[in-house]
Amino acid sequence: MNVIEINDIVKSYRRGNQRIRVLEHISLTIANGEFLSLMGPSGSGKSTLLNLIAGLDQVDSGSIRIGGTEISTLSETGLAAWRAGRVGFIFQFYNLIPVLTAYENIELPLMLTGLSKKARHAHVITALSLVSLQDRMDHYPRQLSGGQQQRVAIARAVVTDPTILVADEPTGDLDRRSAEDVLELMDQLCTQLGKTIVMVTHDPRAAGRAHTLKYLEKGVLSDAPQVAVSECLQA
Amino acid sequence: MRLKLLFRNVFRHKLRAFLTIVGIGVAILAFGMLRTVISAWYAGVNASSSSRLVTRNATSLIFPLPISYLEKIREVNGVREVSYSNWFGGIYIDAKNFFVNFAVEPRSYFDLYPEFVLPEAQSTAFFRDRKACVAGRKLAKRFGWSVGDIITLKGTIYPGNWDFVLRGIYHGKNAATDENQFFFHWSYLNESLKKNDPRRADHVGVYVIDLKHPDMAADVSEAVDTLFRNSYAETLTETEKAFQMSFVSMTEAILTVIQIVSYVIIVIIMAVVANTMAMSVRERMGEFAVFKTLGFGGSYLSILILGESMALSGIGGLLGIVFTFPAARAFAEAVGQFFPIFHVSLDTIFMDIGAATAVGAVAAMIPMWRVIHIRIADGLGRTG
Ligand SMILES: Nc1ncnc2c1ncn2[C@@H]1O[C@H](COP(=O)(O)OP(=O)(O)O)[C@@H](O)[C@H]1O
Ligand SMILES: [Mg+2]
Repeated sequence: MNVIEINDIVKSYRRGNQRIRVLEHISLTIANGEFLSLMGPSGSGKSTLLNLIAGLDQVDSGSIRIGGTEISTLSETGLAAWRAGRVGFIFQFYNLIPVLTAYENIELPLMLTGLSKKARHAHVITALSLVSLQDRMDHYPRQLSGGQQQRVAIARAVVTDPTILVADEPTGDLDRRSAEDVLELMDQLCTQLGKTIVMVTHDPRAAGRAHTLKYLEKGVLSDAPQVAVSECLQA
Repeated sequence: MRLKLLFRNVFRHKLRAFLTIVGIGVAILAFGMLRTVISAWYAGVNASSSSRLVTRNATSLIFPLPISYLEKIREVNGVREVSYSNWFGGIYIDAKNFFVNFAVEPRSYFDLYPEFVLPEAQSTAFFRDRKACVAGRKLAKRFGWSVGDIITLKGTIYPGNWDFVLRGIYHGKNAATDENQFFFHWSYLNESLKKNDPRRADHVGVYVIDLKHPDMAADVSEAVDTLFRNSYAETLTETEKAFQMSFVSMTEAILTVIQIVSYVIIVIIMAVVANTMAMSVRERMGEFAVFKTLGFGGSYLSILILGESMALSGIGGLLGIVFTFPAARAFAEAVGQFFPIFHVSLDTIFMDIGAATAVGAVAAMIPMWRVIHIRIADGLGRTG
C-alpha cells in the first residue's frame, strides 16, 4: 500500500518579477514503511519537495495524497492541524527550543493534542527511552552534544506517532559517529516501528541506509542513481 | 507550558530583560510622579466644597472689602452662614519656613469648614482667647509645636512681631484636607490696626458664604454682587472651586507642559520596548518557524509574544508603581510647603496601570504581526 502518492506536481518561486520553476511535473509514490533517500545537487529542489510532502508549502498544480488525505487542497490551518498529527520533522540543525529542556521539547508537539499531563508523560518517557536519553531529560539543548540534540529531535518527531517522518540533512551537522547513531536510530524507526521516512541528504553513507534512492536534478526526478551518486556510494 | 515558555523567554537575555524592566519602571515612576504633581496642583480645587462661595473685591484679590458688608451678605436669601478671612502673610523665623496663615472669625470659619477638625476642648479654648491660634497637624509636626506654645510671626503685610498662643491643632477630615494652615483671630489683627494703622482697619480679604443648598450658588452670587454694585468696593462672588481654579489657571501653561511631558515619557518607553521586542522576536524567527512546523498556529505564537511583552511591562510597571510611594513621600517632605496635599491617588495608579498596559500592547504589535505572517520555509532558513 502506498502511503505517499505524488501526482504531476509543479512548484515555482517568484524572484523579483521572474518565476523560476523548481519542480517540473514530478510524480512519486512511496510505500508504507519505506525508507527513501532523496539526493541531488544543491539547489535542485530537494528541500522544496520535502516541504511539499510535509505540508509546509503549497504546490502550484498537481496532487499530493498522504495516508488518503489530499493535502494540496487543505487550508493553512487545516494543514497545520494535519502536520501536527501526521508528520514528524527532523532538521539539519536539530531546531530544539533552547529555553525548554529535552523533556519539554519532546512534550511540545503533544501540547496540541488533547492528552492529559499523565498521558503526555507516558508518551515522552517512551520516546526518550527510544533514543536512550532518559538520563538527560532535564538538560537544556545547550547542555547536550550535537548528536544528543538530534536524538532529542528524533524523539520529538516520533512522540505523536506520526504517519511519516521527514528529515532534511539530518546528519549534515554531525560528526561521523553521531551520524551513525542517528542513522541507526532512523533505521530502527523504519524497520521496527514501521515508520515511513523521507530523507534528504548529501551524505552517501546516509543515503546508503535507505531502502530506496531517488535522484533530483534540475527539477526532474529519476530512479536510477546516476554516475555521481554511485561514485559517492562507493566512496 | 505556555506560561513556563513565556517567562523563560522573558528572561532569556537576563541583562536585556533587566534593563528593559528598569527602563519601564523608571518611566512609570516618572509618569506617576508628574501625574501626582498635577493632582497636587489641583488639590485646592478638589478639596473645595460645592456649597461654599467666595466673595472678593471685583477689582483684584489684593484689595480688601469693608467689614460692614458682613450683615448685608448674611441677609441675602439662601445664605446659611458667612465668615471672612484675611491673608496675613506672616513669616515664622525665616521666609523659607513658608506656610499659609489667615486671620479669621473663628466660630463661623470653623463652622463653615467642617473638614478642619478640632477637639471640643481646644476649639473652646481657641474661641475664648483673643490671642489664640490653631495650626494644622502637619504644620505643628513640622515645627515641633505643641498646645500652649507661644508662636511669633513676623508680619509682612501687617508690620511688627505678632505673638500667638497655640490653643489647638486641627486634623483633616480626609486625605484631601490641607493640614498645613494656620489661623488666628481677625479681631486681634483688627484691634491692633485700629491703634496703629486705622485706615486699614475694619477690612477683610474675602467673605466665605455657606449656602443653604448648593443649587443656589448662581442666584446667591448674583444677589451679593448686585448688592454692592456701584459702591466703592464692588464684589465678585464665585464658587469656591472657581476661586481656587483661578489660582491654578495662572500656572495652566506649566501644567499643560507637565501633562505633555508625562505622555511623551510613555511614548518614548513604548518605542524602546517595541524595539526590544522586535529585536528579540527577530532573533527567534527560526524558533517560531519550528513552532509553526509542529502545527502551532499564529494566534498561539502571537499570544506568547503579547504575554512576553505584557510580562515585561507588567513587572516594570509594578516596580514603578511601588517606588512611586516612597518617591512621593520624599518629594512631599522636600517641598511639602508648596504642595500641602501630595499623595499618590488611586486615579494616578490606574493611569500607571493603563500606561504600562499600553506600552506592553503597542510593543507587541509589530512582532505579533510578523510572527503571524512568517512563512515557515523562510523562517527555517534554507539549508543544503
Ligand atoms: N522560499 C523560496 N523563495 C524563492 N526561491 C526559493 C525558495 N525556496 C527555494 N527556492 C529556490 O528553489 C531552488 C531549490 O531550492 P531547495 O529546494 O532548497 O534546494 P535543495 O534543498 O535541493 O538545495 C533554489 O534555486 C532556491 O533558490
Ligand atoms: Mg535543502
